[in-house]
Amino acid sequence: MSRIILKRVLQAPVAIFAVLTIVFFVLNASGDPTMVLVSPDATPDLIEAMRTKMGFDRPLYEQFFLFMKSALQGDFGISFREKQPAFQVVLGYFPATLQLAACAALLSTVISVPLGVFSAWYRGSWIDRFSTAYSVLGQSMPSFWIGIIFILIFSVKLGLTPVGGRGGFSHLILPSLVLAWHFSAVLVRLVRSSLLEVLNENYIRTARAKGAPEWKVVWKHAFRNIEAPTLTVWSLQLGALLTGAVVTEIIFSWPGIGRAMIAAVLDRDYPVVLAAIFIFTIIYLVINLVTDILNRLLDPRIKDE
Amino acid sequence: MTHHFSKRLPGVVGLVLVVVIVLCAIFADVLVPRNPTAQSLRDRMKPPAVELSNGSTAWLGTDHLGRDILSRIIKGAQVSVSVAASAVLISGMVGTLLGLISGYYGGWFNTIVMRVIDIQLGIPIILFGIAWITLFGAGLFSVILVIGVWGWVKYARLVHVMVLSLKERQFIQASRALGATDLRILFRHIAPNLLGPVIVLATLQIGEAVLLESTLSFLGVGIRPPTPTWGSMVADGRGYVDTAWWIAVLPGAAIGLFVLGSNLFGELLRDYLDPKTE
Repeated sequence: MSRIILKRVLQAPVAIFAVLTIVFFVLNASGDPTMVLVSPDATPDLIEAMRTKMGFDRPLYEQFFLFMKSALQGDFGISFREKQPAFQVVLGYFPATLQLAACAALLSTVISVPLGVFSAWYRGSWIDRFSTAYSVLGQSMPSFWIGIIFILIFSVKLGLTPVGGRGGFSHLILPSLVLAWHFSAVLVRLVRSSLLEVLNENYIRTARAKGAPEWKVVWKHAFRNIEAPTLTVWSLQLGALLTGAVVTEIIFSWPGIGRAMIAAVLDRDYPVVLAAIFIFTIIYLVINLVTDILNRLLDPRIKDE
Repeated sequence: MTHHFSKRLPGVVGLVLVVVIVLCAIFADVLVPRNPTAQSLRDRMKPPAVELSNGSTAWLGTDHLGRDILSRIIKGAQVSVSVAASAVLISGMVGTLLGLISGYYGGWFNTIVMRVIDIQLGIPIILFGIAWITLFGAGLFSVILVIGVWGWVKYARLVHVMVLSLKERQFIQASRALGATDLRILFRHIAPNLLGPVIVLATLQIGEAVLLESTLSFLGVGIRPPTPTWGSMVADGRGYVDTAWWIAVLPGAAIGLFVLGSNLFGELLRDYLDPKTE
């Protein structure tokens, strides 16, 4: 247990370093950041002065070492567009993303666990067919399209929810529904198929034979055994949810990191992009670590290699 | 028998959907009722099945520039089909090869492959796509490459795990004992056993590739206009949802049907080629 945690913690800096390195070079190779900082009609002298001031005229490896040195101190430079420290800019968008992701994760758990369990329990029934349709559609329909359909139905036709933006509870409903559908589609299938597998085990037959009521067999004997695999997929999806909510954030004009990051990439606002990726990588590593630990607590059969 | 057929029905429907869309892509230039890029300002935002100023009928309506949506959807199938097919081919070949080698030999190569997989899983695909497009430029070839390069991870993991167990099996031990070279064992004995699961995965990855391409096009970093793509058509129509819903909704439905079709067909294939897993 402590070995695997130690291993993960030691691996983390390597992963962060690798991700930052790749992104730094890819972004630098994609264009000259000086042009973003000066007005379109700037004279060549002015452009050159700005380049020297920002250090863009130095060799790339030198810029890279300077960048790494300050990045390790949490300094990713000043956002070209917002003229504020990039790390703070990204952190400013973080609460909105976190709120949406937490809402969607909660919603999809509340949907997928009962739906998956009941469709395995009553295999072949209408609820099983409904859950199949739910997850097949959730995996097939592009989320930007589902978002537009939801806006069309609930905001335009019925006037029930706002079209976009962040505000009260009503603003959260549609974006979290769209995200949650996508997120839970995989989860429902997983819960269903792993539960079906477990229900064939000998210990389930034993539980039934000794006369345990069926709900107890399903929830206490069977469900306990699918907690670990469900949690693994759940947390993998959670990482994807936090980082991949870009499209949903754009459709609903949600002021989160994803939307800000797309804008930053298109504007070549490198410091913001790098700070965002840094934060995303940390989140991902933490999620993986917590998953590993929880998995071992939930399923003692998992052994360290 | 009827029970069996009803179980296969979704897969057959999926196959039909995929075939229809592929045929649309191949014969797009013959099938389109009107020029998909021709604008007509007198016929802007006409709803489906309404007669246009020149007497013809736009069965799926027209967009904000008066372009025929049915023609654009048919033409747009070309992009989706060619991107999906080529990207799946690239990632399938790269992933299978790397998974084979890393699973069979292990060692430092395996370590590198596994680390690269870990790192790649830490980068959001949309960001990777956009960084790639800013670096190499937008366009069909660039989009194919970004999706192809991205997709190899799943094949590599699948093949890696399968090779790990296959190489301990007796028929492999036997051929090694008979003096077969590594190359022969890999490609004559191990690779044929991987074919079924890899084909199933590839079929299921078609949908993923279509979704990615349309998402990139929707975000405006995919294939450039005026080439019609389903994703950019949805983006075009996004601003007119309240007045002309069909502009965004119909191309989005085309994306959904293609992905749905290939997923359903993939599930059917899995029953035949890879019966052990569900």
